[in-house]
Amino acid sequence: MDRNELLEPFDKMLEALSTPAQVRAIEGGAPYAPLWEELVQSGFLDALVPEHAGGAGLALADVGPLLQALGRHAVPLPVGETMLARYLLAAAGQAWPEGPIAFAVARAGQDTVVPSGLVASHVLLECDGALVLADAGSGNPQPTGVNGSLAARMRWDAVPAGTVLPAITGGLRAVAALVRATGMAGAAERLLEMTTAYANERVQFGKPIGRQQALQQNLAVMAEDVVASRLAAQLGCAGGVVASLAAVATAKSVTSAVAGRIAATAHAVHGAIGISEEYDLQLYVRRLYEWRLADGSESYWNRLLGKARLASADTSIDWVRAQLFA
Amino acid sequence: MFDTLALASLPDEDEALRPKIRAVVQQAIADMPVESRAKSWLGFDAAFSRLLGQEGFLGLNLPKSYGGQERGPFARFVVVEELLAAGAPVAAHWIADRQSAPLILKFGTEAQREFYIPRVCRGEAFFCIGMSEPGAGSDLASVRTRAERTDKGWLVNGQKIWTTNSLHSDYMIALLRTSGKPEDRHAGLSQLIIDLKAPGVTIRPIVDLTGDAHFAEIFFENVELGADALIGNEGDGWKQVTAELAFERSGPERIYSSVVLLDAWVRHLQAVGRDDDATLAMVGGYTARLATLRAMSIACTARLALGESPVVEASLVKDLGTSLEQELPIAIGDDLGGHPDEPVDAGLYRALLYVTQIAPSFSLRGGTREILRGIIARGMGLR
Ligand SMILES: Cc1cc2nc3c(=O)[nH]c(=O)nc-3n(C[C@H](O)[C@H](O)[C@H](O)COP(=O)(O)OP(=O)(O)OC[C@H]3O[C@@H](n4cnc5c(N)ncnc54)[C@H](O)[C@@H]3O)c2cc1C
Repeated sequence: MDRNELLEPFDKMLEALSTPAQVRAIEGGAPYAPLWEELVQSGFLDALVPEHAGGAGLALADVGPLLQALGRHAVPLPVGETMLARYLLAAAGQAWPEGPIAFAVARAGQDTVVPSGLVASHVLLECDGALVLADAGSGNPQPTGVNGSLAARMRWDAVPAGTVLPAITGGLRAVAALVRATGMAGAAERLLEMTTAYANERVQFGKPIGRQQALQQNLAVMAEDVVASRLAAQLGCAGGVVASLAAVATAKSVTSAVAGRIAATAHAVHGAIGISEEYDLQLYVRRLYEWRLADGSESYWNRLLGKARLASADTSIDWVRAQLFA
Repeated sequence: MFDTLALASLPDEDEALRPKIRAVVQQAIADMPVESRAKSWLGFDAAFSRLLGQEGFLGLNLPKSYGGQERGPFARFVVVEELLAAGAPVAAHWIADRQSAPLILKFGTEAQREFYIPRVCRGEAFFCIGMSEPGAGSDLASVRTRAERTDKGWLVNGQKIWTTNSLHSDYMIALLRTSGKPEDRHAGLSQLIIDLKAPGVTIRPIVDLTGDAHFAEIFFENVELGADALIGNEGDGWKQVTAELAFERSGPERIYSSVVLLDAWVRHLQAVGRDDDATLAMVGGYTARLATLRAMSIACTARLALGESPVVEASLVKDLGTSLEQELPIAIGDDLGGHPDEPVDAGLYRALLYVTQIAPSFSLRGGTREILRGIIARGMGLR
């Protein structure tokens, strides 16, 4: 299928629904139900659900660009998580609730930070070896105290009641990391577009700052990092919802490792305006940093990837070919 | 932005070449020590190149009518990847196969195609690239070496420098000024094929800091060439060089120059059984980046396969790729030096210091980092 056939309407919809003003409103505590209702109506939430269960039956490789678009538009709801959760529920022969579903990996009795936890009705929770879909309220979601963040601090003292699912090979964290990596690739792309456009507009010393060679060099590196993010995310999605460790690790490692450089250049080129709340840059930068920490940063995934790599007698090229390109 | 670079996969029929090229390579490198294999694409062995020609691994992108395989860029990707993964000595045919023959195919006359390309495909005609001069490196349009028209053809005077493989080459494809002055920039430049055995050609090796002499300076003193030395139209040299550079910059060679060292280091870690968190994270980080660069390089190859000339995309992948290639020896040096009580194999030690010393060249050859970033910036609409 032509990816653009799917992506373009989705992107247009998000452009209209997830405006910077809307994102700020929801981050400020406005009700999310009206936005969610429109997303439900669009049918995209069931993109991965098999056709016999009422969905579109698409592969994650096809849906990957949509997940990136969610990051590009800083969508203030766990849309990617819900799409993947619905797929997992459908695969387990279970029904799914209408509301937004967040992902949480927790140990009983310990706090955990759940991205989009403040705007979820349900949580797909991996806790002490169990995988359940529970009411979000069961984890007593509290704000993290980070400005504008929709993540919640949650805690369960025991596995809560809910729909029980079979365990996922590789764990829920890997599935969540794919959502985060694709979202980061999308946010990174938006930052590149904004920053390039700004460099062409902002005049200092009588010419657009983008004409300054020093800035061109930094922006070229930013473009390289953004393209690397996108390809890494695509490699991750190519493996499907339950991807190999190598695919997930590559996606999350690379997107997380370049996030800091991408954000730094975006800020540097924008100068002071980039720091201000009213300018949209922060919507994407904040997400990039938050998602880098979520579901394992680059060093977390690097350790797992390194362990798998060192356990093999293959050459590096053979190993990545077999694990990621097969 | 740069949406043209998207995940692509190698077609099965090209992937199918892998076992056969691997078998040929394994035989050739069976006795090569790791430090020689770490030279990557600077290793020279004419007999090996001829063997590759015989086995059908040269001219993969070239038409059958000229002795090629008519397979396309993906086939070349597979073969080049296998050669570099092993550190096979490819320098002899490398430039001829990658860019000279495709250039002649695209812009040359029928007679030139029939004369040169079949020999390139057999691994019997080796080429070098004569672009740089002492006064023209990044600023290629300022070349001064001249070719004047005579009744019989051309008369060449001037000098080229840093010409890789010229000591062992049969021909140079030179960028020369055929009219006007250096101030005229792009106008008045042409590409000519120079037979390096012609009278008046003097080649002087330049020894590099590792002790090798893989490049040279070349002097032309009243070198007479036939009228058939000109490639394409007079004055089109700049346009042709730009197209040629997309071939030069887009391949997997721009991500794998340090991969033999990487593998030797991994084998070292396995041998000493070191698997603390810092080590694992380092191995994993480079593995993830290598995999992503491979995906980017294949994405670039897919543009070539569509018949495009992905100049900007190739610059992007080359700059990111050479960054990884250059970072590896520095990081591996810190890792091995950071564990002074761990015995390091003598070959790995030599390979490490060789790659460390030569690595700065990775971002110079084929266009410097700053120039490539300028090309990317132009592609972003900033210039
Ligand atoms: C191993 C190796 C093999 C080579 N093989 C060949 C070959 O086969 N054939 C051939 O023709 N050439 C070859 N070269 C030459 C190579 O193409 C040149 O070295 C390269 O283009 C840079 O030119 P230069 O060395 O004259 O440096 P310069 O052009 O003098 O550049 C020096 C520094 O200034 C920077 N700089 C220059 N202009 C600008 C600008 N406008 N903006 C920002 N920065 C700038 C450069 O990026 C660089 O950092 C080879 C080089 C090496 C190292």
